[in-house]
Amino acid sequence: MNAIQHTVESLRHTFRPDQVWPFLAPENAKVNVDKDIILYVEGLNLSFDGFKALNNLNLYINDGELRCLIGANGAGKTTLMDVITGKTQCDSGSVFFGQNQNLLNKDEAEIAQLGIGRKFQKPTVFEEQTVFDNLELSLKTDKGVLATLFSRLTPTQIDRIDDVLKIIGLAKHRFMLAGALSHGQKQWLEIGMLLVSDPRLLLIDEPVAGMTPDETERTAELLTSLAGDRTVIVVEHDMEFVRSIARTVTVLHQGSVLAEGTMDQIQSNKDVIEVYLGEQEEGATS
Amino acid sequence: MSVITQYFSEGRTSGKHTMPFVIILLAVTAMACLSNLYLPADSALHVSTYSITLLGKYLCYAMLALAVDIIWGYCGILSLGHGAFFALGGYAMGMYLMRQIGDRGAYGNPDLPDFMVFLGWKELPWFWHGMDQFWFAMIMAVLIPGLLAFVFGWLAFRSRVTGVYLSIMTQALTYALLLAFFRNEMGFGGNNGLTDFKDIVGFSLQSDTTRVSLFAITALMLAVVFVISHNILSSRFGKVILAVRDSESRARFIGYRTDRYKIWLFVFSAVIAGIAGALYVPQVGIINPGEFSPINSIEMVIWVAVGGRGTLIGAVIGALLVNYAKTRFTAILPEAWLFALGGLFVLVTLYLPKGIVGLYTQLLEKRRTQSVKESEA
Repeated sequence: MNAIQHTVESLRHTFRPDQVWPFLAPENAKVNVDKDIILYVEGLNLSFDGFKALNNLNLYINDGELRCLIGANGAGKTTLMDVITGKTQCDSGSVFFGQNQNLLNKDEAEIAQLGIGRKFQKPTVFEEQTVFDNLELSLKTDKGVLATLFSRLTPTQIDRIDDVLKIIGLAKHRFMLAGALSHGQKQWLEIGMLLVSDPRLLLIDEPVAGMTPDETERTAELLTSLAGDRTVIVVEHDMEFVRSIARTVTVLHQGSVLAEGTMDQIQSNKDVIEVYLGEQEEGATS
Repeated sequence: MSVITQYFSEGRTSGKHTMPFVIILLAVTAMACLSNLYLPADSALHVSTYSITLLGKYLCYAMLALAVDIIWGYCGILSLGHGAFFALGGYAMGMYLMRQIGDRGAYGNPDLPDFMVFLGWKELPWFWHGMDQFWFAMIMAVLIPGLLAFVFGWLAFRSRVTGVYLSIMTQALTYALLLAFFRNEMGFGGNNGLTDFKDIVGFSLQSDTTRVSLFAITALMLAVVFVISHNILSSRFGKVILAVRDSESRARFIGYRTDRYKIWLFVFSAVIAGIAGALYVPQVGIINPGEFSPINSIEMVIWVAVGGRGTLIGAVIGALLVNYAKTRFTAILPEAWLFALGGLFVLVTLYLPKGIVGLYTQLLEKRRTQSVKESEA
């Protein structure tokens, strides 16, 4: 009985009406966002040695939205990003980019080429290369071996890099080694690397860590200006910063979504106060 | 036209970085060749044929060091098995030279090399066919190392094996080949290897002109390989390779399939090592399984470390200097050489992490900052 059920289930999976077999799918299929939702995360589960990092997590991100993810340490924010960008395999669930791109069967490089850019918590730039080279490497181009071997920068691409250099305020340092930049400048360079790659969806992990208040403000401006054309997901601990940029905030707790809404709604949400904000206030008062 | 103006507008005048090296190398080679061929043997400027062969050998090592540097200095993959690719290229050339002996061998068998007659074999093994053609043997000298590197790289880099584990695997690879080539049944002459070569494409290997030509060809090949490597590594491909060395996961998240980049760079490096091996064998006159020994592969890494990894010129300088030292040192105190080599490696890693070339650039910078200070004061 069980065997039959299993066969039927796998047959149903093979002939899913909403999908084309991989070998029939067109090579460079565009991301389909007809329903105005760019990221579908459904029923995501992941455990490390019995610890449930993600627990039946459901999350939908609208196209062009600026979304903030908050949550205590270990709530699963970074793990979620790891799964979306292909760094970590999940146990079960589905992640779709648009309606048609299943991210779970793609590797990091393929996901990046689809237009999902990521900025890490710790700024990671190529320290032994110049700021300009860092940006050149991140350009949205053919990333195949032969293509890069014979590629030359076109004037348009050079202009694009110059524009981004101005936006991130590193125009004077273009031929400086990235390793010689200050921490905040590296953060900016990494954001610049994201910008120049022209992504659809940006996943940004703690962008203002180690920035001066002035730089933080500029980052907030930049991120809000990006939303609209692009979709931005920001993970941040700095509540002031979140309040200044967020329209919608999602609170993660123990690997699943605890609450979702505007900052005011979140702050008045009983569950959230209990598990997250409450703890902080207690910590502050005691 | 726009392509050309764009090329120059980027400040990439072709040959700006490689020309000095190529000119010096070819000039020295030409002078050495001419003084060997046209100056009388008692002249003070005469270069003996022995020295010419020795120099040719050094240049082969320099090419090999270049191969190691490309993969280690630029991509951070420490290969302790590059001797394997060198030896495979050498064996391809050796097989060709062996077939050229014909019936002049000790047993006078026109079809079979001496060691096969000695083993009582009746006919040529299948993989020896075609090796009597020079062009075929040369294709094999490039193809076999390249193919081995591709298969090895495909298996290792796709499974994301890195660091020490990869180094150990490359070491195991060359050791396994060493053991295999030692066996007589393999059909490569067992532990005696291939030797007693007579001539190459019709020219006697003993004559001065052949030796001088081999040396000149080696120098020319080194120049060509140097220029090609420089161009590859300064293209965007080279920038991706540096990115892989410094932060591979970041390069992946930007959208580069880093395993493919590593595989092709590894193949390129192995092909250079194969060419070096093929040029080496006719000049030293023997190839045996000893070339596969892990110690050889480790020595290559030391050449690169001494010269300065991450710079092509450093690899060449390191190989030349260490091998010259080896020649002089082993003549005086043969047993102490390995200790000296070990000591040299320790000294270089401790005090000259960027090798001789790194020291030179450091000194240049110091002088520049000093002169800036003086002009300000």
